Amino acid sequence: MSTAAAQLPFGALRRSRAGSALGKGVLGAYLSVLVLLPISALLANAGKGGLSTFWQEVSSPEAVAALKLTLIVSAIVVAINAVTGTLIAWVLVRDEFPGKRALNAMIDLPFALPTVVAGVVLLALYGKGGPTGIDVTFTRAAVGLALLFVTLPFVVRSVQPVLLELDRASEEAAGSLGAGSTTVFRRIVLPALTPAILSGVALSFARAVGEFGSVVLISGNLPFKTEVGSVYIFNQVENDNVSAAAAVSVVLLLCALVVLGGMTWLANARSKHVN
Amino acid sequence: MSTSEASTMAAGGHVAGRREDRRSGRSSARSDERAANARRLALRFAALSYLLALLGAPVAMIFYRTFEHGLTPVWNAVTQPNAMHAFWLSIELVAIVVPLNTVFGIGMALWIERGRSRGRALLGLLLDVPFAISPVVVGLALLLVYGRAGWLGDWLTSNGIQVIFSIPGMVLATAFVSLPFVARETIPVLHELGTDAEQAAATLGASAWQTFGKVTLPAIRWGVVYGVVLTTARALGEFGAVSIVSGRLEGQTQTLPLYVQDRFENFDTTGAYAAAVVLALLAFATLLGMNLLAKRTKRDTVV
Repeated sequence: MSTAAAQLPFGALRRSRAGSALGKGVLGAYLSVLVLLPISALLANAGKGGLSTFWQEVSSPEAVAALKLTLIVSAIVVAINAVTGTLIAWVLVRDEFPGKRALNAMIDLPFALPTVVAGVVLLALYGKGGPTGIDVTFTRAAVGLALLFVTLPFVVRSVQPVLLELDRASEEAAGSLGAGSTTVFRRIVLPALTPAILSGVALSFARAVGEFGSVVLISGNLPFKTEVGSVYIFNQVENDNVSAAAAVSVVLLLCALVVLGGMTWLANARSKHVN
Repeated sequence: MSTSEASTMAAGGHVAGRREDRRSGRSSARSDERAANARRLALRFAALSYLLALLGAPVAMIFYRTFEHGLTPVWNAVTQPNAMHAFWLSIELVAIVVPLNTVFGIGMALWIERGRSRGRALLGLLLDVPFAISPVVVGLALLLVYGRAGWLGDWLTSNGIQVIFSIPGMVLATAFVSLPFVARETIPVLHELGTDAEQAAATLGASAWQTFGKVTLPAIRWGVVYGVVLTTARALGEFGAVSIVSGRLEGQTQTLPLYVQDRFENFDTTGAYAAAVVLALLAFATLLGMNLLAKRTKRDTVV
């Protein structure tokens, strides 16, 4: 880029620099109005009364119950995703059966489907009067079910490309040396997939912790029972209790960022280790 | 692998090898194959059952429930004034937000991939924020700036500008949550592309705009379009952020996802299911578009 710039006629260079400065200015203004200013206002509001006020808001019994439920259910959901996501990716890559391509396309449905529709869809089958006889409405299981639905694609889509690229020679070598298929999977395939599984898990967790639309209809939002963090924030905003909402928002955001950052770091460390 | 495990594995291999010698080779190979086949079928069955229970059956169920009494009630539910208004409001938001985020998404991708300034790291971080933040928190954050008691509340009121509980606020909320998609899909394509062709064009006297329009944009177009499809889907379905910012006024600031919730909570399942099915059909169209484009981009990179 710099060598090309050196060869440009002087006028053109000055014009392109001015153009790029203008572009950056407009882009910066857009991002400020849209993201930077609101996030700053959120942090400022959460920190307005100092640490003790922040702590008071966050440690109110209802907030603690909501945060605890969110973190525990999200952890269970991503653990399930790690297993089922890897399984689905495996079947999609290593197995052949009619309809596989259509199935592969369907995996992204939870990303394309509006979250509130996801909630309605799950209630149609697993709600009151559904044909299965199962009724999860207003239970914690319903929260887990909604989160499993919306986070389904993350692990599948991060494991799939790695599995496609994986060299099968070492698996075959291990197999011919007498290793059983479980041993081959545990010793050869799984270590290669771990970074991808971890990054899928991190994205799932970040999504699960903040999920709102799919949970709001199915969980009933009962305080101390099925009220998750995002619903607690929503209710506080509706009741004009903005400082409590802001404080819990910051906690949720931190949880998501820490897990996202930590898992990404771990995944990078693992992939370096494997290489 | 610990040495003891390695040696037991090797020993197991020896034992199996000896046993195989004793048996006729062909039947053992056949039983191995049978075991592998059974395993493959078991895994396939497990994966398909999980997907059917979580994804396939619920989606099929809502289509069945919607159309079980024929098309007429569905048509009546969908053509109600409030439903129509919600539908067109959602389309309006998409029509404003998607072009905005496409232009700025390409701009951000160029800045991150081609820029030299220090803002790039911060920009990359900003692109991750919408993925890590709850939509409800997005709505709250916008409220704290543009609401009546927010940072800019007094200034906006005195100038007669209403952001919250009207279209501008809903545009901001929708644009925030769908911000990263175009940039995220364009960055890897730009990276892959390299700067050789752009430098050649610049050396030959093309202006920055000419280089962008004739060299860069045609090369990244499918990445951009893929990002546009994802942005559209996200913008159309946005619920939490818009729910806070819009005030959910029936027939005024109620988008189609908000309409689904409203109908459902008022025990009008016919209306809720019909609107949900409209959104689901749009989601299927998105999936179809994504798959056609995925093939397209693959073909482009291979050739």
